[in-house]
Amino acid sequence: MILIKNVKLVDARGEQGPLDVLIGEGRILSLEGGEASLVIDGTGKLLAPGFLDLHAHLREPGEEVKEDLASGLLAAVRGGYTDLVSMPNTKPPVDTPEAVRALKAKALRLGLARLHPGAALTLGQEGEHLTQAGGLKEAGTALLTDDGRTNEDAGVLAAGLLQAAPLGLPVAVHAEDASLRRQGVMNDGPLAHRLGLPGNPPEAEAARIARDLEVLRYALRRSKATPRLHVQHLSTRRGVELIREARRAGLPVTAEATPHHLTLTEEALKGFDPLFKVAPPLRAQEDQEALLEGLLDGTLDAIATDHAPHTLAEKERDLLRAPFGIPSLEVAFPLLYTELHLKRGFPLPRLVALFTDGPREVLGLKPLHLEEGAEASLVLLDPKEAPVDPSRFASKARYSPWAGWVLAGWPVLTLVEGRVVHRVE
Amino acid sequence: MKHLLDFQGWSREEVESLLDTARVMREVLERPVKKVPALQGFTVATVFFEPSTRTRTSFELAARRMSADVVSFAAATSSLQKGESYKDTLLTLEAMGIDAYVIRADAAGVPHQATRWVKGAVINGGDGQRAHPTQALLDAYTLLEALGSLEGKKIAIVGDILHSRVAHSGAELLPLLGAEVWCAGPPSLLPQSLPGARLTPSLEEALEEADAVMVLRLQRERMEAGLINLEDYIARYQITEERLGLAKPQAPLLHPGPMNRDVELAGPLADSERSLVTRQVQNGVAVRMAVLYHLLVGRER
Repeated sequence: MILIKNVKLVDARGEQGPLDVLIGEGRILSLEGGEASLVIDGTGKLLAPGFLDLHAHLREPGEEVKEDLASGLLAAVRGGYTDLVSMPNTKPPVDTPEAVRALKAKALRLGLARLHPGAALTLGQEGEHLTQAGGLKEAGTALLTDDGRTNEDAGVLAAGLLQAAPLGLPVAVHAEDASLRRQGVMNDGPLAHRLGLPGNPPEAEAARIARDLEVLRYALRRSKATPRLHVQHLSTRRGVELIREARRAGLPVTAEATPHHLTLTEEALKGFDPLFKVAPPLRAQEDQEALLEGLLDGTLDAIATDHAPHTLAEKERDLLRAPFGIPSLEVAFPLLYTELHLKRGFPLPRLVALFTDGPREVLGLKPLHLEEGAEASLVLLDPKEAPVDPSRFASKARYSPWAGWVLAGWPVLTLVEGRVVHRVE
Repeated sequence: MKHLLDFQGWSREEVESLLDTARVMREVLERPVKKVPALQGFTVATVFFEPSTRTRTSFELAARRMSADVVSFAAATSSLQKGESYKDTLLTLEAMGIDAYVIRADAAGVPHQATRWVKGAVINGGDGQRAHPTQALLDAYTLLEALGSLEGKKIAIVGDILHSRVAHSGAELLPLLGAEVWCAGPPSLLPQSLPGARLTPSLEEALEEADAVMVLRLQRERMEAGLINLEDYIARYQITEERLGLAKPQAPLLHPGPMNRDVELAGPLADSERSLVTRQVQNGVAVRMAVLYHLLVGRER
């Protein structure tokens, strides 16, 4: 039994407390205290439901030099995540039930965050032949995606949505028109032209979202079950508008935004540091404002990390050759708690919803609220400020675009079904 | 001035001081014994991650004319082929005690990255589509020789502006000396904006009453990427005798080389008296001597 005393509670519904939260048998037993073997003083701290990340690259199997399940899932619990969807663009890609089962079994043995493996929509993520959605679902896959690649063949995507629909599996897309994006490494515009870097235009994202929404309409017309499209790492104002219109029209589409698109802009590229090279690229201020509006008005469902670790040597190559990606599992919540909630007044329950109920709903999971009988997958957050120190990351990617930023809201205790998986004494 | 990466934050006085030094160096190059001991004991490395014979030769000659030791690192013959990173290459050279690095790369920003890794002075020898500051300096020097002053002079730069580091650096530097820079090229090869320059898809507008014309090399890869049609480019943007008639009489022609004869420039014009290409090459050595001198010894003479 664990007792967290005198702690404020926050979930998607709102804030309450301070209360004394008694935890046992993997559940919240009471909000009115009780006897416990472990008593934790929650004074001044915040207790929230455990976070779910819809989008993390854990690199296993095949690229364990960048990250593996052990380092990635430890990074996750340190970041307050109790659940995580891994991307299947590993080497080889996760495209069989056996591969999904192997990942799930290994994650279970590690006993850290719970892994919900994403599986490839197409064999080898090559965009040509669909994977066996039924078997993948049975093995425990949470969603289907060819993330890392773009689904150039619209007919295959439509068929993928159709076959995933009766299984209740969302299909997640990296929505960029590869032929318009070309070799772009940063947001296209005056700054890219001035810096002499090939531009990736915002229209490449908007064009692909527009196409995918039509593909979804087509699948919806053809299907008895509801096909569900999830748009990953939305980065542009136009992209937000398209999703908003589609949702108003009742299309079953969901969307996520990343910590980096919410806190950094293309201006970061001025120092020519490939640490800031990411796909889709960091955009302009107006795009960031549009993402924030989308988070507030419900156009976007989730904040997802797109945690994409690479070796430091790879990220120190030149801007044409360094790989795309920013790691953020360990900083995502404090970053947005500080930059959005504390500095800009973004409502805390909504922010917590974007880490909990929002992404849970994308996967078809029930909401998780702090009440008697609820599953005790929880995170305790400390409003004390501390600087981001990448040298102490559990992730193998020990660098960060936010190194040195002073943030509040660091997770000091993470519980998965009542079990302590992370604790800062 | 610790490094020469581009002309962001430069003043007119700094540019003029550098060009004054280049004039002194130009005199040195006219002497029977074309060597001074100014950089004796210094070591200059040319680090070319992207091949370029003429820029590298020009820098190496400039360093040798000033009695510096020169080491030459070229990607094609180096450990980069074995997978060594740019950073490790530079750290290896750093361990050998290099004072100045001339860096050329196909990616914008590599010289900026290098300043984070090495203690010596970094000179941008051309980074991707971004900047080629010594080319702009030698162009400015050559234009000043031909026109006397750049104050109020209209300089037309013609060709693939979007992908040209020569155009970018020219647009940054020439206005510092009072020039009005016009850049003309096909719409798909024009940037959205270019600080320091007026942009136009109309060749005629740029050439009209121009005091000098800089012609850029058309890169083959633009055709391969399907961005333009070669015949169309020649028909609409090639600098010909007739089109040059729009510019002021005797307006000089510059080209950074290497030239595609009869593509961006009509062949006979390249060999005409209006072409300053040879002067550009000669002045390049003097300008690079001045840059090395300013970076390694300082401005006091």
